[in-house]
Amino acid sequence: MPDQVLDFEQPIFDLKDQIVEFESASDDSAGSTEKLREMKRQLTELTKTIYGNLTPWQTVKVARHSDRPYTVDYLSLVFEEFVELHGDKFFGDDRAVRAGFAKLDGIKVMVIGHQKGRNLKERQESYFGCAHPEGYRKAMLKMRMAEKYGLPVICFIDTPGAYPGIGAEERGQAQVIAESMFEMSRLKTPIVCVVIGEGGSGGALGIGVGNKVAMLEHSYYSVISPEGCAGILWKNGRHAEKAADALKFTASYLKNFGVIDDVIEEPLGGAHCDHHSTAARMKSYLVKTLKSLAELSEEELVRDRYERFRKIGVFTEEATINPGTSD
Amino acid sequence: MSKVLPAPSEPSQSSGSKNKIRRKGIPEGLWLRCPGCNEAIFRKEMLRALNTCPECDHHFYVSAKDRIKQVLDDGTFVEWDSELHPADPLEFSDQKKYSDRIHSEQKRTGLREAALTGTGMVRARRVAFGVTDSAFIMGSMGSVVGEKLTRLIERAIEQNLPLIIVSGSGGGARMHEGILSLMQMAKVSAALAKYDAAGGLFISVLTNPTMGGVAASFASLGDLVFAEPKALIGFAGPRTIKATIGVELPEGFQTSEFLLEHGYIDRIVTREKLKSEIARAIDYCGK
Ligand SMILES: [Zn+2]
Repeated sequence: MPDQVLDFEQPIFDLKDQIVEFESASDDSAGSTEKLREMKRQLTELTKTIYGNLTPWQTVKVARHSDRPYTVDYLSLVFEEFVELHGDKFFGDDRAVRAGFAKLDGIKVMVIGHQKGRNLKERQESYFGCAHPEGYRKAMLKMRMAEKYGLPVICFIDTPGAYPGIGAEERGQAQVIAESMFEMSRLKTPIVCVVIGEGGSGGALGIGVGNKVAMLEHSYYSVISPEGCAGILWKNGRHAEKAADALKFTASYLKNFGVIDDVIEEPLGGAHCDHHSTAARMKSYLVKTLKSLAELSEEELVRDRYERFRKIGVFTEEATINPGTSD
Repeated sequence: MSKVLPAPSEPSQSSGSKNKIRRKGIPEGLWLRCPGCNEAIFRKEMLRALNTCPECDHHFYVSAKDRIKQVLDDGTFVEWDSELHPADPLEFSDQKKYSDRIHSEQKRTGLREAALTGTGMVRARRVAFGVTDSAFIMGSMGSVVGEKLTRLIERAIEQNLPLIIVSGSGGGARMHEGILSLMQMAKVSAALAKYDAAGGLFISVLTNPTMGGVAASFASLGDLVFAEPKALIGFAGPRTIKATIGVELPEGFQTSEFLLEHGYIDRIVTREKLKSEIARAIDYCGK
């Protein structure tokens, strides 16, 4: 039983309870075994139905699930080794961003990722995954190091947004996010980014300029949080669900917009139900993607990344319209 | 992106134009009260002083078109990519449809989008010039603003021109185009990295307000960053910060002067001096 059951998951857990109850009370007769098999089949169907039809707002809840695998979980489940590298050599060591050497199926890589924290203490020290400028400076520093020694970079994105605070502004939150995108765009080494939970606006994009950008199936990636959007456009944060629908920030939309390249499928019932299986899928995606990028030269990598972002945007070119003359 | 409350209602009127378009929250009349010194000032004098207060030098809003007149030599501006028109890829609707919002903003401001880009002369020095207008959907950046700026930067590379972008944006990345707006931050920043590698000089001029995804992309990436006095500049909106940390924000927080003190801008430049300061910087950098 997970720590957190989402409202729309309740029927799944009710059925699970029934199965447990039935199992403990039943004998080994053919009838009971058959009934049990039927109940389990129903459970799979129910989970498929619920998880196959998540609304955007439900997706946000899954992406924020307190049992969802975080960066440190992937570090231990996907990689053979992780050697953490701390600090931005300037101000501090932001715990909302983790970085270090890692080995992926024998490939030496640099991993950068937002970290939210599993318990209250961890969450407080990492500001719930909201990075300060020193987090982005640390990320940039380690990426430049990766470039120098020819290590591919893997970024795990999982943040509600960059931290909004006095110190963050004093230390140049806007400038450091801008600089990070600027530097990533021309880094002469492969970069693969995966949104594993929340892709919260500039704080996410600050480590999101990759040759390939993927999302886990039930993560979201947005220009603004649904609550923030509702507060501004509906003048009330309680309309977050409407904002979630309007923002079209789920993986399938982003794939259609050309904003992400790949969607990594989650195990049935969401990543929080099965960390190992999620990690296995992550690993196979990363290995396959790094192998394909390994074929590109440094120049090709930089050009590929530039062109990847260059073509994003939707507009029309109309030479003759005179704005504001027709109704 | 995080967003801020609109800047205090400010008078705004094309200094040269005869048509009296009444803009949102803009008092009309011969006199107006300056939010800087609280004095009643004569509108004509304010306009003559490039939309600043003759008493206290408070910098009022300037439209993109007026900014071009103020910074570029008379009649030298040639607009680029004026045919770019916003689309509605999300079919976005809040209390109003985005497509209707675009239309009404176009009518109200006389602009097709929040940015004007092109080329012109600054005291006889040819430049690539871009300006965002904070009156058009809060000066926010969607696909068109991102594309116009990217093309501007790419042409500045091709034609070996210094690049000047004057930013005014309370909105940052435009919510109504969702993730596509966010991605413009990366697109424009990547173009600036190319421009940098080509040896170009980028002067970024920050005006009130420059926030969110605009501050967190091209506006902060100048080789030189100038700011008008007392402009609101930052990543997160003051309201968001206050709600997060639950304490009052210090006096002068997120102003140009605050950024200067913390080392993020090169110079605070008054509007009166902006043109000559740009020309001088171009000369120092040999372009
Ligand atoms: Zn005044």
